[in-house]
Amino acid sequence: MSIKIDHELCTGCASCVESCMYGAIELNNNIAKVLPNCTLCGACIEACPEEAISLERGDIKTKKIDISQYKGVWVIAEHYKNKIHNVAFQLLRKGRELADLLQVNLTLVILGANFDDKLEEFSQYGMDEILYVRAPILKDYYSDLYVKVISELVVQNNPEIILIGATPTGRDFAPRIAKRLNAGLTADCTGLEINPETKNLLQTRPTYGGNILATIQTPSSRPQMATVRPGIFKIPEKVQKDVKIRTIEYQFKEKDSVTKIVKVISKTKNTVNLEDAKYIVAGGRGVGSKENFKLLKDLANVLGAELGGSRITIELNWLDPDRQIGQTGKTVNPKLYIACGISGAIQHIVGMQNSDIIVAINKDPNAPIFHWAHYGIIGDLNEIIPILIQEFKKLKSEE
Amino acid sequence: MKIFVCTKQVPGISEVKIDPKTNTLIREGVESILNPNDRNALEMALVLKEEQKAEVIALTMGPPQAEEILREALAMGVDKVVLLSDRAFAGADTLATSYTLALAIKKILKESDSEENYLIICGSQAVDGDTGQVPPELAEELGIPQITYVQKLELSEDKIVVERKFRATEIVVIETKLPALISVLTDINKPRFPTMMGIMKAYENSNVIYFDSKNLNADISKIGLNGSMTEVKKIFFPERNGKRIILEGSPEEVVKKLCHHLQEDKIL
Ligand SMILES: Cc1cc2nc3c(=O)[nH]c(=O)nc-3n(C[C@H](O)[C@H](O)[C@H](O)COP(=O)(O)OP(=O)(O)OC[C@H]3O[C@@H](n4cnc5c(N)ncnc54)[C@H](O)[C@@H]3O)c2cc1C
Repeated sequence: MSIKIDHELCTGCASCVESCMYGAIELNNNIAKVLPNCTLCGACIEACPEEAISLERGDIKTKKIDISQYKGVWVIAEHYKNKIHNVAFQLLRKGRELADLLQVNLTLVILGANFDDKLEEFSQYGMDEILYVRAPILKDYYSDLYVKVISELVVQNNPEIILIGATPTGRDFAPRIAKRLNAGLTADCTGLEINPETKNLLQTRPTYGGNILATIQTPSSRPQMATVRPGIFKIPEKVQKDVKIRTIEYQFKEKDSVTKIVKVISKTKNTVNLEDAKYIVAGGRGVGSKENFKLLKDLANVLGAELGGSRITIELNWLDPDRQIGQTGKTVNPKLYIACGISGAIQHIVGMQNSDIIVAINKDPNAPIFHWAHYGIIGDLNEIIPILIQEFKKLKSEE
Repeated sequence: MKIFVCTKQVPGISEVKIDPKTNTLIREGVESILNPNDRNALEMALVLKEEQKAEVIALTMGPPQAEEILREALAMGVDKVVLLSDRAFAGADTLATSYTLALAIKKILKESDSEENYLIICGSQAVDGDTGQVPPELAEELGIPQITYVQKLELSEDKIVVERKFRATEIVVIETKLPALISVLTDINKPRFPTMMGIMKAYENSNVIYFDSKNLNADISKIGLNGSMTEVKKIFFPERNGKRIILEGSPEEVVKKLCHHLQEDKIL
C-alpha cells in the first residue's frame, strides 16, 4: 500500500503539500514526493487538481457488502432520570433532512423503561417511526446492554445511517457497536451532508486541536455511524404527523450486565445549562480576575443570559469547569453570544461559532475573535460593559 | 496482575498555529509528544503497581520514532514497553488500531505462563484525532467490559470499582470483574516526572520490544488502511463567517450602535 504520484500529471502546484497535515509531502524538482512519515490518510488525493495522486491498495481481498440493502436513518436517544437528552431531538432535525434527501424513513430509537406515556409527545419531532425497546433495567444506562440491543436491532433492520449524541454515554456505546458490526464511525461531527452522486454520508469534524476540519466518509461499509455534539443542531419545530410506534420487550435481568451500578453521586449545584441558553455572556483571560467576573454576571443578569468562559478562566479557577466553552468544553448555539476579553483561539471558536449573533469586546484590534464576530467593539471591557448594562436596562424598561 | 497502558505519539497541538496570511498550518517547531492524557493513564498504572504487585506494560502503535514516548514511559517507571510498528499498519483508523493493539495484548498474555488477571488503562482521548473510540473498540475486540471517562479506581484481585463521570454534575460508581478496560480523564492525577535514574535506565538498557504484522500473525485485511472503514475525503480550514462590523466611536456611541444592530436583528 502506498501513495503514488503520476509524474506525467503532476504540475508541481503544491496543493498536496498544503493539504498534508503530517508534512509528509514535499516538492522535489517541482514534482511531489511522498516522505516516509506518510500515514496514507489520503487527504492529498482529493486536494490534487490534476488527479495525479492515487492510492495503491495492493490486491487484498476484503469482504464486500451490498450497501444498497441498507435503508433508513436512525437517531439513538439517551436519557437520564427519565428525561431524553436534547441532543436526540437536535439530531432528528438533521436526520429528517438526510432522510428526505435519501427518500428513506427516519427512526428514533429509545431504550428505556418508563416512556410509554411520553412517546406521543416525542412523535412531534418529525420522525416516521419510533422504535422503543422496553425493559425495567433500561431505566439506567448499561454499556453492554445498549451495545447488545442496538447491534441486534441494526442487524435485523439494516439502517444506512446512525446518529448518536457525542456525550460520555454516546461515546461509550457507539464505538463498541461500530466494532461489533465492523462499521465506520466518525466522532464529534459538526457537519453532515449527503454526497449527491454516491449517496455516501459526508461527515465533517474538527481535528488536530480544532485547527483543521476533515470530511470523512465510509464508502464501502454500512451502517455509517456518526456521533454529534450537543448544540450543533437546533431542536426542530413540532409537527403533527402519523408516527409508527414499535415497542419491543427485552427480558433482561440485572445479572445480564457485566457491570453493576453501585450508586450515583450527584453534585447538586445549580445546574449550568449553556447548551440550551438563548443568551450567553462569556469571559476570557481579559476579564482579569475572579472578582471582576461580577461585571459579566451583572451583564448576564440583565439579559437573562448564562455565563460561560474560555478554558483559561477555568484553569485559573475563575469559573466552574461546567462553564467552559470550546473544543474541550461545551458547544453552544445561542441567539446572542457576547465574548468579553476572549482572544478567539480556534479551540474556543469551534464551541461557539454556531451562535446566531456574536459580539466581541476586546482591546486588541488584531484579536482573531474579530474575524468571527458579527459586531466588534475595540475597547476595554471594564469601560464598555458598565455602559452596556445601563443601555440594556434602559431598553428593558422601555419594553 | 498485568496492567497494560495504551499510549500514542501525537503532535504537540498547543504549539500549532495557523498562518493568517496563507491560511495554512505553521508546522515548524511542532514536536511529537506523548499524548498528555496518556500520562494520566500511566500515572494511575504506576500508583497501582506501587500499591499491589503488578507488572505495567506500555504499548503504542506507530512509526519507529514512537520509541521516544515509550522511553519516556520507561523513565516514568513502567516495566516493559512494546512498539507495534510496520508499514502495513499505516492508514489505520480506530477499527484497525484497536484490532492491532488487541493482537499484541493477546500475544503478551499468551506468552506469560501464569493465568494472570489483567487491566487495560487508556487515556480518554488523544489530542490529534480526539475520537476517544479506540478504548471501547479495544475492549470489544478482547471481549472484556469497558468503563470510560473514569476519574477514580479501586482495584482488587478480581474486580474494579470505579467512578465514572457521565455528566458535568453526576458521577456513577460502577463495579465490574477483571479483566477489564478503563479510559481515564485528564486532571485526575499529577503525572510524575521521570527521575534521572529512570531516564538513564530507559536509555541504557534499551528494551523496547518490537512487534510487526508477521509476529502478530495479523490478518492483513484487518490492519492499516485495509482494515479501516472510514476514509478522509477532504481536509480544509475553518471558514471565518463573521459579518465583521467593527463599531466605532466613543464607548457610549459604540454601545448605542450595538443595541441598534441587535434590535434590527431582532435579538433584543
Ligand atoms: C487541545 C486543546 C483544547 C483546548 N480547548 C479549549 C476549549 O475548549 N475552550 C477554550 O476556550 N480554549 C481551549 N483551549 C485553549 C485555547 O487554545 C486558548 O488558549 C484559550 O481559548 C485562550 O483563552 P482566552 O481567549 O480567554 O485568553 P487569551 O488568549 O489570553 O486572550 C485574552 C484576550 O483578552 C483581551 N483583553 C485583555 N484585557 C482586556 C480588557 N481589559 N478589555 C478587553 N479585552 C481585554 C486580550 O486582548 C486578549 O485578546 C484548548 C487548547 C488546546 C491545546
